[in-house]
Amino acid sequence: MATSSLSDHELQLVAPRQPVAAHLRDIWRFRELLRNLVRKELKVKYKNSALGFVWSMLNPLFLLLIYGVAFSILGTAFDYFTIWLLIGLLVWNLFNTSILAGTASITGNSYLVNKVRFPREVLPLASVGAALVHFFLQSLVLVVVLAVVRYNVDWAYVWLLPFALVTLLVFAAALAVIFSAMNVYLRDTGHLLELAMMAWFWLSPILYYYMLVADKLVERGLNGNLLLLNPVAAPLITFQRALYGTAAIPGKQLLPDGSPLWYFRNLGIVLAAGTVLFLIAIKIFDRAEGNFAEVM
Amino acid sequence: MTAIVVENVSKKFRLSGHKIRSIKEGALKLGRNTYEEFWALKDISLTIDEGETIGILGHNGSGKSTLLKCISGILKPTTGEVRLRGRIASLLELGAGFHPDLTGRENVYINASFLGIPKKEIAKHFDDIVAFAELEHFIDQQVKYYSSGMYVRLGFAVAINVEPDILLVDEVLAVGDEVFQKKCIDRVEELQGEGKTILFVTHGADLARKICDRVIVLDHGDMVANGAPGESIRIFREYLHGHLTDVEGEPVAETARTHDPRVHITSVSFEHPGQPDRRHVFAGEPLTIRVGIETVEPVADAVLGLEVRDASGEVLYVADTEMLGAPLPPLVGAVEVAFNIGSLPLLDGAFPISIQLKDRHGGRLLDFREGQDTFEVVNPTRAGGSILLPVSVETTEPVTR
Repeated sequence: MATSSLSDHELQLVAPRQPVAAHLRDIWRFRELLRNLVRKELKVKYKNSALGFVWSMLNPLFLLLIYGVAFSILGTAFDYFTIWLLIGLLVWNLFNTSILAGTASITGNSYLVNKVRFPREVLPLASVGAALVHFFLQSLVLVVVLAVVRYNVDWAYVWLLPFALVTLLVFAAALAVIFSAMNVYLRDTGHLLELAMMAWFWLSPILYYYMLVADKLVERGLNGNLLLLNPVAAPLITFQRALYGTAAIPGKQLLPDGSPLWYFRNLGIVLAAGTVLFLIAIKIFDRAEGNFAEVM
Repeated sequence: MTAIVVENVSKKFRLSGHKIRSIKEGALKLGRNTYEEFWALKDISLTIDEGETIGILGHNGSGKSTLLKCISGILKPTTGEVRLRGRIASLLELGAGFHPDLTGRENVYINASFLGIPKKEIAKHFDDIVAFAELEHFIDQQVKYYSSGMYVRLGFAVAINVEPDILLVDEVLAVGDEVFQKKCIDRVEELQGEGKTILFVTHGADLARKICDRVIVLDHGDMVANGAPGESIRIFREYLHGHLTDVEGEPVAETARTHDPRVHITSVSFEHPGQPDRRHVFAGEPLTIRVGIETVEPVADAVLGLEVRDASGEVLYVADTEMLGAPLPPLVGAVEVAFNIGSLPLLDGAFPISIQLKDRHGGRLLDFREGQDTFEVVNPTRAGGSILLPVSVETTEPVTR
């Protein structure tokens, strides 16, 4: 039994600095842990609750009902406003919870960081993963609603959705990784971010529509697509374009009438930027993680 | 094959009463150093071969846990690096990595994935783990309802049943009841037999002697010994004592010398057959205790007594020249009395002695010397305990007819 088997194992290194590639390799090696941590996060969240995962779906369902009732009384700017709203909020919630939960992930799991060895980036990534699972559960509600009201989604754009989702996730993951490390040293980061996310929410065309801002920008002699500088905007309007479409208000345009390729190009730019940001995030994380166990 | 290489590892901690924890504070304190630096490890280099069992000894705060954490990757060294091969299981603290809200079963799977073990593989070992931890009835309970003993048992059971190549253990063995401790040590020895590499931190010199091939001693972040258990343990004791006297100041001495002015004990020295600069005796060696006495006026009926204690102050041996059937002649001038111990039956430790000079009639104390002289015994064998028994082993072959 006592055969020399260590040579089969790859060399592991603990050093003050590690190249980004080594981090990426580690994350890949620990993908099973990532999966388990996502599962753990969801399990812990719904532990001891009778309905469990159903809560994730009740949330958007109630939102639909309440807003539906409210807007039927108040009246809305355009038809199917609740569907518009639900699409925007689902996308936004995915982004928002990824970042906020990710930011708290290292400090919230100090019992692991102080005592167990594993690539620490897995923690913020697991938060993003958990947010994604929620997103899928809530999307089920959306899908059912769309089916029930026989809403005409724009199939020419639907194929863009996975791409839009990945784009959003990469960006969210990059920010989650950076802020999770920052939050260890400056515990205000989380609180400050909550405020920042509120502002970011209004910078994203969720409660209003893209063309509203684009028209105003053009009126002032600015580029109408300035809103696309917000990395959430491209995935968001892709979702809206594919699922909500453009048909709802006669004579009024809600979304840019670009071809699927125009949307695709926008996503591509954001994805490229997000990937670069993610690599930078890993680099920053590498600098910061050496003292995690000590600071907490 | 080399399993672990620790190369020039240093670890700096920032000690500060005032850690910057908020952005406001950070902005106010920008550029000003409000912390003190503290080196928990100073330039440690160490090579550990596959299959070795290494003990790390050191007093509290000597950096032993930090070293283990750097090796396990929980902390990153400030400078230097650690290279290692193989699956590391580490048991650094009680129930490390368990989430209180999850059941024992769920925690086992998560814990295993921290070691990079796929679910399929852990499922194979699952029953062994549960049986080892003796938690058959509780495995589906949330671990927050576990006792600390159950926590440790489960943590240990996972770490040693997943076939680690390298096992890092930090004093967790001290927790848990004796039966479980024994089981753990047995299992560690089994892993040793399988050629696994084991590193463990302990306070217990005896445990280190029993199971280690090599012992490392850390003192204030420096590695002061790295060698055979007996020798390292002796150095550890020296540093430990040095450390204690640092704190407490002068050793207890010169207490109440309200003695007879005619005579006093001037010196006590120890002699062993080895090199004169060796400060310890090996178990089983002869030892001579020489007592120097000086008389101002001749003293006729004196008795010299010897008392040997162990480190905790328990008296191991008491005798005097009368009892030993060697009455002292009348003392005149400078006299030297030697107690010859043919073969020292003690295994290991520091043994303070006290010497009394009494009057034979009525036992009035003429002079005494206590708490100043200690001899140290180093156990070169692998036997444990406190006394040396001359044991030999004989096995009878079964007679074939």
